[in-house]
Amino acid sequence: MAKEIKAGCARPTGGPVGEKKKKAPAKEESVIEEVRSMIKVGQKAPDFTAPAYHKGKFVSVQLSEYLGKWVVLCFYPGDFTFV
Amino acid sequence: MSIDSVFVHKMWNDNELSKMVKGGVPFAMLSDGGGKVGSIFGVYDEDAGVETRGRFIIDPDGVIQGYEVLTPPVGRNVNESIRQIQAFQVVRNSKGTEATPSGWKPGKMTLKPGPDLVGKVWEVWKTKMAFD
Repeated sequence: MAKEIKAGCARPTGGPVGEKKKKAPAKEESVIEEVRSMIKVGQKAPDFTAPAYHKGKFVSVQLSEYLGKWVVLCFYPGDFTFV
Repeated sequence: MSIDSVFVHKMWNDNELSKMVKGGVPFAMLSDGGGKVGSIFGVYDEDAGVETRGRFIIDPDGVIQGYEVLTPPVGRNVNESIRQIQAFQVVRNSKGTEATPSGWKPGKMTLKPGPDLVGKVWEVWKTKMAFD
């Protein structure tokens, strides 16, 4: 499912998947930013890719690969923090 | 998912988490350097540069059914997350004909919303059921 990625010196990053945000006039920019981070129950989760460590391998994970399954997506402040 | 690199995830899993969970973390530990994904989900704290304790339940259609966000010092209740998933699965399997009242857990009664139930919930569901 998830693609394996090579561990190199450049730190791999992920990001949202899909259409790039359209350039808008500067004054409207803050409004778009606000709308972009709005998450609502009952609506589709925004798709994204992210590098990951999974069972001894570095892989690239895309949320939409999990369609058909229940997913729990957890965020936390940082590795080696205490809670 | 956190802002840590996959290399730090590996070190944390290999040196600490694998001592708590036999065989190490069974699921993917995602990296969100820069908080791009966390920003979209509304959990990236730009001032602190870290992600807050957000938890999203996403159904097989990719729809967010529930979420919870806590500030860093308080940990999650995993049993409650599992209970919510079980409840959402019951609702989904019933194609929306059943609903789970407050305090529901597997094995307890569900409600079947419809014209006959209007004003009659008090007859079939008692307040103490929210707590047992």
